[in-house]
Amino acid sequence: MDTLILYIAAIALFALSAIRDRERTKKAFLKGLKALEGILPQLLAVLVFVAVILAVFDAEMISRFIGEKSGMIGTIAAGLIGAITLIPGFVAFPAAGELLRNGAGTLQIATFVSSLMMVGIITLPVEIKYFGKRAAIARNAFAFIFSFIAAVFVAWVVAL
Amino acid sequence: MNLMGILKRYRAAIIATLALAAFMIFFPAYAPKAGASLLEQARTMLLVVPPIFLLLGLMDVWVPRETMMRFMGPGSGIKGPLIAFAVGSAAAGPLYGAFPVAAILMKKGASFTNILIFIGAWSTTKIPMLLFEMKALGFRFALARLAIDIPGIILIALALKAVIPKAEVERMYAAAVAMDIKPGMSPAGGKRPAARQK
Repeated sequence: MDTLILYIAAIALFALSAIRDRERTKKAFLKGLKALEGILPQLLAVLVFVAVILAVFDAEMISRFIGEKSGMIGTIAAGLIGAITLIPGFVAFPAAGELLRNGAGTLQIATFVSSLMMVGIITLPVEIKYFGKRAAIARNAFAFIFSFIAAVFVAWVVAL
Repeated sequence: MNLMGILKRYRAAIIATLALAAFMIFFPAYAPKAGASLLEQARTMLLVVPPIFLLLGLMDVWVPRETMMRFMGPGSGIKGPLIAFAVGSAAAGPLYGAFPVAAILMKKGASFTNILIFIGAWSTTKIPMLLFEMKALGFRFALARLAIDIPGIILIALALKAVIPKAEVERMYAAAVAMDIKPGMSPAGGKRPAARQK
């Protein structure tokens, strides 16, 4: 769905651009392609690593770590699993909801969701390419720590 | 570009592929799932990423630097972070899609703080995803997370700004400009001339 909108937008804007200025549009297209080619090596590496990680960390495996009464260790595991996996929200949210209904703690689930969305260990090569090592690692480290803070808050609100 | 150059650039991808092959051979139980998730991720990545880059190309040629400076530049006041928040939250797609967008914003003169807020918003306060989250995890869960994420994003942005030296930020901006390959340059670009000088 998102993808469809993206394509419609791209086609419409390119058409509009071509009507206004053909040369410029061609330049835009080539620029886009060149930039894409620039990041392709990192992107492909990430793609392959994700395949391995997701094969090991499927819903069953994740629920074993952050299931019912997993406590402190479960929370830390939730943060770590969220940090190394790359799952789109529309897949992750229903799965997390399922875990929640099956007895996983709000704290663990909130940690997992936050860290999943904000921390990207496997996509680090892409991030480093644009931001440099130091900034990329610092951002992920801060986001990782913040995931736990956010989770404590969410768990507190849900329990109110 | 010669073959060695290509091999060198794609070294990480090649190593990753070999690792995947080894993994599938040594853990055959996981092989079908690894294959399936590879296809699934490839579909997302290869479908979503190209139009983002083409749109960035358009933005690069059509949006004047002055306009971006006015909206998101260092002197944009409160307008900058608000726009950064809005644009990041309206976006759809995985976080790695945000990085090239951030690069083009840097190239056009958006301030570093606004870039960081934009990345934070893209990562976690996405509006389309919020509805999904409410449905799956409950109203309270989703709204509480949103409520803590907004100050969190700002806090992280400020913390990053404090720990990253100015020279490093300047290098990042130089790299963002260098990502754009000028006619006549070799396609081996994307390397950072600014970083190499050091």
